[in-house]
Amino acid sequence: MSTFWSIWISVIVLGTVFGCWWLLWATRKSQTTDTETDRTMGHSFDGIEEYDNPLPKWWFYLFLATCVFALGYLALYPGLGNYKGLLGWTSTNQWEAEVAEAEEKYGPIYAQYGETPVPELAENSDAMKIGQRLFANNCAVCHGSAARGQVGFPNLTDDDWLWGGTPEAILETLHNGRMGNMPAKGTMPGMTNEQVDQVVNYVLSFSGREKDAEAAKAGEQVYAQACVACHGPEGKGMEAMGAPNLTDNTWLYGSTYEWIRETVVHGRQNQMPAQDRLLSDDQIQILAAYVYSLSN
Amino acid sequence: MKHEIVEKNIGLMIVLIILTISGGFLAEVVPLFFQKEVNEPVEGLEPLSALELEGRDIYIREGCHVCHTQQIRPFRAETERYGHYSVAGEFVYDRPFLWGSKRTGPDLARVGGRYSDAWQRQHLYDPRSVVPESNMPAFPWLFEDKVDHSKTAAKLETLQTLGVPYTDEQIAEAAAQVEGKFEIEALVAYLQQLGTVISDRR
Repeated sequence: MSTFWSIWISVIVLGTVFGCWWLLWATRKSQTTDTETDRTMGHSFDGIEEYDNPLPKWWFYLFLATCVFALGYLALYPGLGNYKGLLGWTSTNQWEAEVAEAEEKYGPIYAQYGETPVPELAENSDAMKIGQRLFANNCAVCHGSAARGQVGFPNLTDDDWLWGGTPEAILETLHNGRMGNMPAKGTMPGMTNEQVDQVVNYVLSFSGREKDAEAAKAGEQVYAQACVACHGPEGKGMEAMGAPNLTDNTWLYGSTYEWIRETVVHGRQNQMPAQDRLLSDDQIQILAAYVYSLSN
Repeated sequence: MKHEIVEKNIGLMIVLIILTISGGFLAEVVPLFFQKEVNEPVEGLEPLSALELEGRDIYIREGCHVCHTQQIRPFRAETERYGHYSVAGEFVYDRPFLWGSKRTGPDLARVGGRYSDAWQRQHLYDPRSVVPESNMPAFPWLFEDKVDHSKTAAKLETLQTLGVPYTDEQIAEAAAQVEGKFEIEALVAYLQQLGTVISDRR
């Protein structure tokens, strides 16, 4: 702040404090006594008159005390331009002190858990209590408080993993996030409506649920052209690409003919946001262990 | 001084009242107009794109700022939950600012990138489908209505006049960029950039 503005602020602030003092002092009645008198203000409205008595002493001195308090406050805290105050207080250093205090208290606990391998940490009930809190605050919004997920947001309690369920894979997912992208009509943008019907039937046939056996048979060829690159020849999926297994009974976007058709025609985009910038490494370690513990 | 004089001369009273109430403004607000910390953007801050700007106007229209603040205070309880506390330089292009004053819902100052686009859309369509205990209203019409692009260029131009560094090229392209977009796309685009200029959230 420039010297000009510093002086500007100081003059107004101190001027106001001393101005209040002067006003109180100059307009006071005799404070030597607070005995009431019969003297009136000299006006009369509808026969109603007003006594001209001084403020009670305690009240008057209380007003003066607010001015003294203001001066004390201005000496301790930054209120006068560039003057930092005797306490050197700023909102930032108050925050830093708060964080440092918490760090001292929780830091060692987190550091210890942060170094523990995920499977071992998953057995630690104290760590899992922290994990549950972290999950509720950061993950439950999408995956649900019971971690069972919902359409579009994976269930974390089963054994089925899009990107892998090993401790390393879970840590990677948490740290850097994941981008799932199924293009519309897979790798065959020219897919006709008939071919869509065929490939949907073929996908349903993995779980023995095809509606039309003939269409399912014809769908094998469409599948080989449009889907095989990610979902594999047997429909088992590919964790490296987040391509789901189509042969099990777990469906992120619905298992019926209509849902699968919708998925094929329009594709699916989904994202697991990276938690790296939101949580500390130790917190992510605990969370990974919590997620790991849900299915192990 | 006799207060009778003040009470019986309304002109004098007006002058004295103005003097009294302007003291705080002159000492606390006026100097801020000339402070570097308040007037200079933080590094990397870009003005909102045309689509994000329309999203911001939908945010205002639907009254999001009534229940959501966009201002993280420097307390550990807030920085743990929301990320780095807000700094003045993040808001220099905000006209009007949308800090809000009441949190019925959570603070949104750094909501950008925290959830996926798909989540934001589903949450706005039906909040209780993803957060069962939520009391946020649903906004299904955002998925049916297209953004009104007739005033987009004028909005950017107005902001340019007020000192937001839009280029003439951006203004010329503005309407085309939002034409045909659904309102939900604009709003999600706006939400997903909130607070992302400070990438260190901790």
